[in-house]
Amino acid sequence: MIFYFITKLQALIRYQLFLRGLIFLYVGVIIILPLSALFWKLSQQPIQDVFPLITSDVALDAYKLTFGSALLAALINSVFGLILAWILVRYDFPGKQFANGLIDIPLAIPGVVVGITLISLYSPAGSLGQFFEPDSFFGQFLQIFGIEEVNLTSSLIGILLAQIFVTLPFVVRTVQPVLTEFDQEIEEAAMILGATPWQCFWKVIFPQILPALLTGFSLALARGIGEFGVVFLISGNIPNETLMATVYIYQRLEQFDFAGATAVAIVLLIFALILLVCAGILQRWSNRYSDNTLEIS
Amino acid sequence: MVKKKSYEWGKYLLIVIGLGFLALVVLFPLINIFYEAFQEGIKGYWQGITTPEARHALMLSLIITVVAVPLNTVFGLVAAWVLARQNFRGKQVLLGIIDLPLTISPVIVGLMFVLLFNPIDSVFKPLVVGLNLKILFALPSMILVTTSITVPFVVREVLPALENLEVDQEESAIILGASPWQVFWQVILPNINWAVLYGVILCTARALGEFGAVAVVSGKIIGTTNTLTLHIEQTYSNYESVAAFGSASLLTLITLLTVISQEVLRRLQNH
Repeated sequence: MIFYFITKLQALIRYQLFLRGLIFLYVGVIIILPLSALFWKLSQQPIQDVFPLITSDVALDAYKLTFGSALLAALINSVFGLILAWILVRYDFPGKQFANGLIDIPLAIPGVVVGITLISLYSPAGSLGQFFEPDSFFGQFLQIFGIEEVNLTSSLIGILLAQIFVTLPFVVRTVQPVLTEFDQEIEEAAMILGATPWQCFWKVIFPQILPALLTGFSLALARGIGEFGVVFLISGNIPNETLMATVYIYQRLEQFDFAGATAVAIVLLIFALILLVCAGILQRWSNRYSDNTLEIS
Repeated sequence: MVKKKSYEWGKYLLIVIGLGFLALVVLFPLINIFYEAFQEGIKGYWQGITTPEARHALMLSLIITVVAVPLNTVFGLVAAWVLARQNFRGKQVLLGIIDLPLTISPVIVGLMFVLLFNPIDSVFKPLVVGLNLKILFALPSMILVTTSITVPFVVREVLPALENLEVDQEESAIILGASPWQVFWQVILPNINWAVLYGVILCTARALGEFGAVAVVSGKIIGTTNTLTLHIEQTYSNYESVAAFGSASLLTLITLLTVISQEVLRRLQNH
């Protein structure tokens, strides 16, 4: 009987090792091997040739635009994401389920689809963009303030629209669970002790949701930096002006400049990985924080 | 009393701001897709999505999906089980690697496969040139990038479901003499079927909707390597707005399906 179990156990362990090996093999072929091709290409160049590729004039402007717009979009989404998470957790209003569902749309919708619909809405001829044309009513209103030509696409605004769309879910979805678990008694206690709603938010609630907020922020930033489809369509891709780093990589590839594409790709990759690690650390911090509050209460 | 009133006022203000932002950013663009697709009525819509190019593109997208999704479903199930039930060194690293395709820009994923298989200067150049393999700018590379990008979806849905499942059932089934195969089909799968289904839906949506990576490796040859997303981009830049939005509306329906099925799944789990 014991012997039977031992052989059974041995078979089971062999089985486990086999499956584990299978997983590593699959991941190795489909993810690690392609990834290492990037570093293989980089190692083909002498190091002094790589640096000019990374810091070419067009590439530098592309980084600035990419990181700047992703940062701005992540900030905007942190504010509105917090508001959205707050109203979805705390308030009841008609269409709440629907609004909650809408937040997931950017995660699942293809970039091309977003790109063309944003253009058709906001380009100078588009349904919303036409109101910004110089001869329209609102356009004339803007001219009073010296704003002559507003182009919502093929400009920083277009890029921001794209970035805000694709990164919207991250802050909402990281803050929402923390707000849901938040013990409202602490808040009530603060109110009874005379705190204004404003004080109550900044001194009691905000410190608790800060780690989650920062996690969402860095996830949004990483996603924004890597975005390609939507910005490719909407930004006009003017070198030194509206050319994003991912689109720059794409254009280098179209010219068969593999070395140039690889150099910029590795810069973006490193930034994305740093942000991912940051998000992971923040997430752990956030979890520990909520564990502590559980122990106290 | 006064305090209560100002509080109510703030509440409505926040709801208006939040929903206004959501409408502007997500709802209007979403509605606009269908509005533009039906600009020329139902007939125009139907013509737009049934041109030979559109049908070919849809077919190609489906072929890619039919290979990538089952591969990643099987991988996802095995990987989730290994990650949930086994302890080994490098487990966190493996998890990180599986998540990589979510972080790396699709263009960069495309670039990786170009560097692996292009006939000019690549890792497998001797093999590709020597055997005259058509991998890049052809179906194989498009399947490969799509598979690579959709690796995380099933694993990420199934892993939490398996972690919540008690090990006892599996162990007793094994002790009672069930084969691993039987354990999987009769003990594990019935408990995680909804998570698997949702992972498959997510994976399918991503596979059909992939643009950047496929654009890089396909060479965008009309009628040969045009997927649905590439077709949308091409028709839109040719000012065939109705045709572009028609195909886009198909992909949007799949998006809506994913979001709705997530909600359904959440309710099923709560019951």
